[in-house]
Amino acid sequence: MTSAQPLASPRINLTHRLTKTTSVVLLLLSSTLSHVYASTLGDIKEKGYVTCGVSQSLPGFSYIEKDGKWSGLDVDFCKALATGIFNDSAKVRYSPLSAKERFTALQSGEIDVLSRNTTWTASRDTSLGVHFAGVMYYDGQGFMVRKDLGVNSALELDGATLCTNTGTTTELNMSDYFRANNMQYKPVVFEKYDEVLAAYEAGRCDVLSTDQSGLFSQRIRLKDANAHKILPEIISKEPLGPAVRQGDDQWFNIVKWTLYALLEAEELNITKKSLMLKKLPTKPKERRFLGYDGNIGENLGLSNAWARQIIQTLGNYGEIYEKNIGKHSRLNIPRNHNNLWTQGGLHYAPPFR
Amino acid sequence: MLIKQTTKLRAWLYQALFIIGIIGICWLLIDTLLGNLAHQGIVTGLDFLDNNAGFGVIFSLIDYNESDSYGRVFFVGLLNTLLVAGLGIVFSTILGFLLGIARLSHNFLARNIASAYIGLFRNVPLLLHLFFWYFAVLQPLPGPKQSLHVADALFLNNRGLYIPTLIDNANTTIWQYTIGISLIIIMLFLISANKRKSSATSSAKSSNISDNKISEKTNTKKGTLLLLFICVCTLLSIFVGSPYDLNTPVFGRFNFSGGTVIIPELIALVLALSLYTAAYIAEIVRAGIESVPNGQKEAANSLGLSPSDSLRFVIIPQALRLIIPPLTNQYLNLTKNSSLAAAIAYPDLVSIFAGTVLNQTGQAVEIIGITMLVYLSISIAISLIMSLYEKKSRWNQ
Repeated sequence: MTSAQPLASPRINLTHRLTKTTSVVLLLLSSTLSHVYASTLGDIKEKGYVTCGVSQSLPGFSYIEKDGKWSGLDVDFCKALATGIFNDSAKVRYSPLSAKERFTALQSGEIDVLSRNTTWTASRDTSLGVHFAGVMYYDGQGFMVRKDLGVNSALELDGATLCTNTGTTTELNMSDYFRANNMQYKPVVFEKYDEVLAAYEAGRCDVLSTDQSGLFSQRIRLKDANAHKILPEIISKEPLGPAVRQGDDQWFNIVKWTLYALLEAEELNITKKSLMLKKLPTKPKERRFLGYDGNIGENLGLSNAWARQIIQTLGNYGEIYEKNIGKHSRLNIPRNHNNLWTQGGLHYAPPFR
Repeated sequence: MLIKQTTKLRAWLYQALFIIGIIGICWLLIDTLLGNLAHQGIVTGLDFLDNNAGFGVIFSLIDYNESDSYGRVFFVGLLNTLLVAGLGIVFSTILGFLLGIARLSHNFLARNIASAYIGLFRNVPLLLHLFFWYFAVLQPLPGPKQSLHVADALFLNNRGLYIPTLIDNANTTIWQYTIGISLIIIMLFLISANKRKSSATSSAKSSNISDNKISEKTNTKKGTLLLLFICVCTLLSIFVGSPYDLNTPVFGRFNFSGGTVIIPELIALVLALSLYTAAYIAEIVRAGIESVPNGQKEAANSLGLSPSDSLRFVIIPQALRLIIPPLTNQYLNLTKNSSLAAAIAYPDLVSIFAGTVLNQTGQAVEIIGITMLVYLSISIAISLIMSLYEKKSRWNQ
């Protein structure tokens, strides 16, 4: 018994330590549990930047330029969010994602917002735990072929081999379209745009199929862009827009209204240039939008000047569009559906009041 | 006595507490996961397996079309994975054994080629091998219109290797029945001959007639049967006609149709996996052979066995005992490495199930779980088969 006595106190220490470690482990677990419910805006302010999921290389939408900087329509939306929060468009960390990775990255909290030419569909909205905040670009799926094949319509593609990205709506639409028209096809699917393009260029497939904007954007990356043509058929509706995780309504609102702010600015004819003149607006609509009256910004959890900051730094939707994919870009995609409702397009922002 | 008992009891108690702790932590993790998924509005459960998949797959061993379910896609992927793993294991084993033996050869050229091969293939990452075969070798092949071809039946282009297939025609059933019946008759003959032989052997032992004569007799009988079988086939082809029609690939608007196609993704994957793993197997075989004491070889030589016979009957059987466990590891590696298929669009389990299906349904936890279970089961199955083989090849010591 005497020999057991000195051992007793270390043993107590051990039990103590064990309980301590267990409680630490439990604490860690419960902190991961509570982390999910935390405010995204709070997290962003704390870490000092927005983490934005973009596509890997799609000129005009998200692309790394020669100087190493990201550019494009989707990228500018990320910048708009950062400008609204920090008044600094550089406070973004880009996370280039493949189509396959994008939802998991959003669900797991790796990114704050997914701004990656992603199609808004019912099943994605209801079963993936994500919310689409609106439509950044109205698109539709198309086909690109080599001119020397002599194909003029998608209905002539019976028996063709098609290259596309895995895990996209493209893959599903393609199958629907060919089945509906009683045609045969062979799908060759890759994870990355670069691989799809390389396979198409090497002749592994006859047709490259993706959203039409993607086709325009990929075509300029081909060695001889003029040897390829985009077929006239559009076989689907592809409303592309930013998405956020479910369960944080404040962040959802910020993303949604940042998008609307870009559209509203164009409708009100407020441009980067007009804001540089530093003339105080007189019209009530403009005063509300720019934060001189009312407190829309504060209600969102931002400053009232958030919309003004965004337009001052990046310009309105029209300016961003023309710069990245429209008249002032190599892509030169006409606006068509992507015009404002006042110009015969589909873009429409609810009133800012 | 009492102290001893309490110590024992305490040991038990600690172990029980430890297990309870582990179960508790697992339960907590799973509960947190389910809670978070539900809170984020992500659908859970396995119901998605019955849903319509709606996308095409380029290569499948079973019938598959877009209206089949995600469950069917799972099997398509699983079979494609097993196909690549199976082919890879066969080719890498053959090549690996040849290289391993060549490495120890006295022939200067064979020895050095083998070691150069091993050095080169073992030291380049597998993914690069894959890209090399796919993008550098198979993709630059000519397009379908300028295919390389043999006798207008075999075509090779950057869409794959097109080979003719056999399709049933009006004569197929007649052929199948006739061949079936004649095979049954031959079987019956052989069985009765075997019986007679065994009874003859037992009587021969008592009457000292040599075994050779009996086996000669059965051999001539077997020869007659074979001749008869050939006769039946010749008669059939003269009077009925060929049993199958040849379905040769024909160039259509875009691709070849008819026949069957071995897609370049499959070729590249099997090539890369087998060539890469063969380098490792070669080293294992070399190590196994070198571990057999030199005395064994000398003893075989002194018995007058030729070098190839001594290798076959003396060295390899002893080396196998050491070769099999690391060889099993290589088979497991090869099977798991086959998941690199996703990089070159081969529709294996990871590419279409843990890739496309995951993305279309968003049920990452379930799908990754199932995929992990499948790889675990395949690996365990391979280990089991190999350990059975190991037991069989172990002689009584």
